[in-house]
Parts: sequence; structure tokens; C-alpha cells
Amino acid sequence: MKRRDLAELAVRNLREALLRNALTTLGVAVGVASLVAMLSLGVGLQNLASQRLTRSGLFDAVFVTARGPGDRGGLSREGSSRENSDSRQNPEPQELKLLDEDTRQAFARLPNVTEVYPQIRFVADARYGETKRQTMVLALPDSSRRSGAFDAMKGAFFSSPAAQEAILQMDFAKELNAQPESLIGKELALRYMERSTSASDAELMNALTGSDSAGAISILPRVKKFRIIGITDSDPSAGLGGFGGARVFLPLQVAEGLHVAQPGDFRTMLASESDKPSYMALTVRTKSPNDVPKVEDAIKKMGYSAFSLMDAARSLRLVFAVFDLFLGLFGSLALTVASLGIINTLVMAILERRREIGILKALGASDKDVKSLFFAEAAAMGFFGGILGVAFGWLIGRALTLGASLYLRSRDLPSVSVSHVPWWLGVSAVAFAVVVSLAAGLYPAARAAKLNPVEALRYE
Amino acid sequence: MDGPLLSAQSVTREYRLGDSTVRAVSDVSLSLAGGEFVALLGSSGSGKSTLLNLLAGLDRPTSGAIFVQGRNLAELSSIELARYRRQTAAMVFQSFNLLPRMTLEENVELPLRLEEVDRRERYARVTEALERVGLAQRRRHRPSELSGGEQQRAAIARALVNRPAVLFADEPTGNLDSKNGDHILGLLGELQSALRMTIVMVTHERPLAERYAQRLVLLSDGKLISDQRLSPSATRGAAASVTACEPAPSGTSA
Repeated sequence: MKRRDLAELAVRNLREALLRNALTTLGVAVGVASLVAMLSLGVGLQNLASQRLTRSGLFDAVFVTARGPGDRGGLSREGSSRENSDSRQNPEPQELKLLDEDTRQAFARLPNVTEVYPQIRFVADARYGETKRQTMVLALPDSSRRSGAFDAMKGAFFSSPAAQEAILQMDFAKELNAQPESLIGKELALRYMERSTSASDAELMNALTGSDSAGAISILPRVKKFRIIGITDSDPSAGLGGFGGARVFLPLQVAEGLHVAQPGDFRTMLASESDKPSYMALTVRTKSPNDVPKVEDAIKKMGYSAFSLMDAARSLRLVFAVFDLFLGLFGSLALTVASLGIINTLVMAILERRREIGILKALGASDKDVKSLFFAEAAAMGFFGGILGVAFGWLIGRALTLGASLYLRSRDLPSVSVSHVPWWLGVSAVAFAVVVSLAAGLYPAARAAKLNPVEALRYE
Repeated sequence: MDGPLLSAQSVTREYRLGDSTVRAVSDVSLSLAGGEFVALLGSSGSGKSTLLNLLAGLDRPTSGAIFVQGRNLAELSSIELARYRRQTAAMVFQSFNLLPRMTLEENVELPLRLEEVDRRERYARVTEALERVGLAQRRRHRPSELSGGEQQRAAIARALVNRPAVLFADEPTGNLDSKNGDHILGLLGELQSALRMTIVMVTHERPLAERYAQRLVLLSDGKLISDQRLSPSATRGAAASVTACEPAPSGTSA
């Protein structure tokens, strides 16, 4: 029989015994739905966790510090075993490798690097009206907008990377005003120390000391006003290499423009003849956590200290892989039950349709024709059941997300999507349903094909 | 004519029933020429239906050979046997065996689908077959909407549609009243003469067989008892009754 005729006959047979076949298809759909719901939950939770963790800047970041004689970098967490062994391999770095603007550009050109930014932290005097507080200021790269730390903030994130705006930490805002929300839109004055490197300074120094004073700087107090645009409860700096405790946040680009004097400046001055600014540390962000090891190696080869938290991320992925595996196993169980349902229906269909099979065979249908017909019907039920199941599974996921959101909202947390049905899950679930249905149809189809036409016709 | 169209040689068919073996057809030899109308007569259990199923390729003999157009059915593979049923032999049953979920035209189209006949040609051939049995107007009806006689005519149209060489009919009038039965046999007779089709019919109604068939084959307990050719004048509507079972080529009253 031609395929088109086969399909027509199969669809017609399915349509004629609508109730029975609809129930079977529903059975497949329930199996597929539970599979899809479970896996989508796994995928959704994994997405959620990896997004949160990735955006936190912990796992897609390489922290780079300058390295000098007897110096193991400036970051306290640098004592990882990998770093130690690396240090042992190069026990005596010949010279201090400065993290200057050229280095920053070089890092930015490495493959899969999305962002390179310095750690800018400084102490400033913050004034609001009559209130005056000394506090730590931290510069935030634009990417921290997506870090999740600001999801629950009052007000808004910086309107642009160059905006003269500030975000306050909630406790700090409370110190300034009993009603912190009222601060939004108001002006905050920051008094800080600017590191001035004009040529005239060097000339002045030369004149004063009578020696070569290249790289000399002068430090001048400055006051600048920033509009308070947001107040955050969480500490967005906590993830960035352990530098917590900042209470005022500025856009990175703006903070860089301030040329604030930083502790590292003195060392830079000692080491460098030039007056180019250099950084204490640079954070290199990669496209994904998977890119971290390569970037880290590349930076180490360039002679800098670098470390990352990839090991932690790796074990996290393992946890999720196991999680997925178990969800899949439970889902497969559901599909096994659905498959048994399909087998049952198809076997019953043979009993019910023995006579029809006998007629078909008497009219000259070959064993293969009969088998193909039953196969086509099983495949069609699997296909439609699969599609229906994916839809059901998606709905279940939506319902779970809705429930989770309601729960989170009641706890004053931002709502999240806990379930996600990626296209590959939908497609493979339908394919799986078809394959299982075909496998389930194997036995009934073989039995139908083997029926003796004379006996089948005698059956009433 | 060069040799018989169909010849059965010492055909035996045994069934196992528990520990015992039942011999439904026992050592039957029979030869059919093209264009013959043969009636297989016998009481129930005489083996006539089993013999018909063997000749139609629905069943295989336990021993013996059935040659159709030079090929032994007993030695055909199941695929070749299916092709034989599709192309050479067609069946008409006592209980019509139309598929209830399909319309008449779909029922008639079924053998063409199985034969993978082109879609456009199918329509023409279905129409031709339905016209031949006088059901062209009812092509979109379902079997349940037709009378018994009409259903049997539809079954005959389905049997005709692949233009088989032999039409096997198993008690085609068994479920019909005498008027409809007459009509069906008349139709078979017409087909036989118009299409030069060989017709083998199982029946236990001797008078009907005598009226339409040209040859009566009598079976009893699976054995061939007699094989009688009726004279042409004895057939075709003559209400003559043949009481003797002996071969009597011209001994019947006209």
C-alpha cells in the first residue's frame, strides 16, 4: 500500500473509534506531560541557578591582580591550591607586571571576554543636607545591572553608564534619612581625593626637589554631586572577590572619570616611570563560565596572577546533571506507564478488529500492509499524544511558575520562572512519544499481521 | 483453451482439534476451465467452504497442490499469496464483509489501494464496478444504510474492481431472501458471460445452483462425491430441478 493511502486509512480508523483512541492518546499525553513537566522544572531551576550565579559575577569572572617581587597579589582569596602550584612554578617573577590601560585592552581582546573593569573603591565623605558620613564608595560596571542584586531595589539602576547618579545601600540611606525612599531624586555630595597627574605637577616637583620626578602625582580634595537614583537592600559588591561593605555605588565609567587616589597608586609610582594610571586589580568577565579556564590560563601566561571560582561551579553543574538524570528517570517511568497503555489499546484493537483484518487479508492485503497500518496508527497516536503532552507539560510548568511567583511575592521576593521548556525538549519529547508508541505497537502489529484470514473472518 | 485455469491435485486440509485431527478436505482433485460457473454443493461440514478458501488462497492445503495459471499456491510465499488474492482471485462472502466504517465507494476502492492503483484511475474503476452492479447512485452510503441485497452487490463490485480471473463466492445468497438471492446469482451469471470470469460458488441451495451454474461439484465429508456438468439448456433461468447426482450432460429436462 502506498504511504498516502496508509496514512489515510490509519487516520480514518483512528477517527472512527474516536473515544477509545482519544483515551489512548490521552494516556500517551499524560506520560509525556509528566516527563516534560519534570524536565522543564529541572531545566528551569538549572537556568535560574546558573543565571543567578553567572550574573552574580562569581563564576564567569577571572580576578587579575598585578604581581611583583615577593608579592602574591592583593586579594585575600588568592590562596587556592592552583594558584599556589602556579606560584611555585614561577617562584621569582622578574618584574612587577602593572595592570595599566594597555593591559586592560589586551585582556579585552582575549577571545570570549565580554568586559574588563577595575576595582575602584575609595573612602569618601558623603553629605546630604546637614548629615555627613564617611563611607566606602564602590564603582559598578554596567553588567551588574543584570547581577540580580538590584532586582528588588527601590528606585532604578543607573540610567546610563555615564550618568552622574548614585545608588545607596539601605542601611546607609536610613542613616541619612528616616524615610529612605524620600531620598530618591535628591542630591548627594561626595568629597574625595583626586589624584592629579598633570605635567605641571611633575615640573613643579622637579623644580622643588631638583630631581627626576616623572610619575609624580598630587592629591587634591574635590566635591561632586550625584543624584540618588536607587536604594538597594542587598550588597551587590559581596560577590566581587569579597569586597563587601561599600555603601554608595557609582557607575564605573563615572568613577573612573573622578581619578580618585587609590592605595595602589603609591606602588605604581614607585615602579613606573610613567604617569599612566594603573589598577590594583582587574575583573575579567567571560561569555560563560565555560570560558573561564582558557581566559584564566591566557592571563597567567601573560604574567599576571589570576584566579576564579570555576571549581565551585563545576561541582554545581554535577549536582544539576544528577538532578536532571533523576527527573528524567521519573519522567521515563511515567512514559512507561503510558506505553503500557498504548500496548493494551492496540492489542484490544486487534481483538476488536480481527474481522476487519481478515477482510483486508482476503482482499489481498499482505502481512506488511496490515502491520504498517497498525504501526501508522500507533505512530499517529504517539505523535498527537506527544504534542498534547508537551502542551500539558508546558502548562504544568506555567502553573508551577505561577504558584512559585505567588509564594515569592508573599515573601516580598521578585518572581522567577522555575520551569522552562526549551525547543529541544519539546521536539525530543514528541519524538520519544512516537518511538515508544512504535515500539509499543510492534507486538500488536506483528500479531495482527500473522492472523490467519480464515480464522479472522470466522470471528464475530 | 490451453490447459485448465485452476487445478487442484489431491488436496487435503487437516485441522488439529485438541488431540484429534479433523480432515476437512480429503484428497480432492478438481480442474476448472476459464469462464466456468461452478457450484460447490454439500451439506454443512462437507468441506466445501474449506475447499473454497484453499482455492482462493486464503488457506494452505496440508498436502496436495493447487495450480493456478501454472503456479502452485501451496508453494507461494505469503506476499505472493496476498498478490494472488489481490490480482487473480476475489472473494464474496455470505455475510458481505463490507467494512462498516467506510462508504460503498471506499469499500470498493480498498483492493485498488492495496494494489497501489493510481488515484485517478481508481475513481474510474470504482465507478465502473458500481455501475455494473447498479449501485452508482449510492456510492457515498455506508453499508448499514443498504439492504442485504445491495450490500452483497457492493461486495461483488469490490470483488470485481481488480478484474480478477476467478471470483469465489461463499454462500453469497445465504443471508438473502429468495428474490434477492435470485438477483445476486443473476448478476454473477451476467458477469461470467460478460467478463468471461470464472465463478466458483459454495452453496447448499441446490435449486439455485442448478439454475445458474454450469457445473455442480458435490462434496461430502471432505470428499468429492460427484462432478456434474449441466447442459447449457438446463441453465439460465430454467426452473428445472435436477434430482440426480450422476453426471448427466444432457439428461435433464428442458
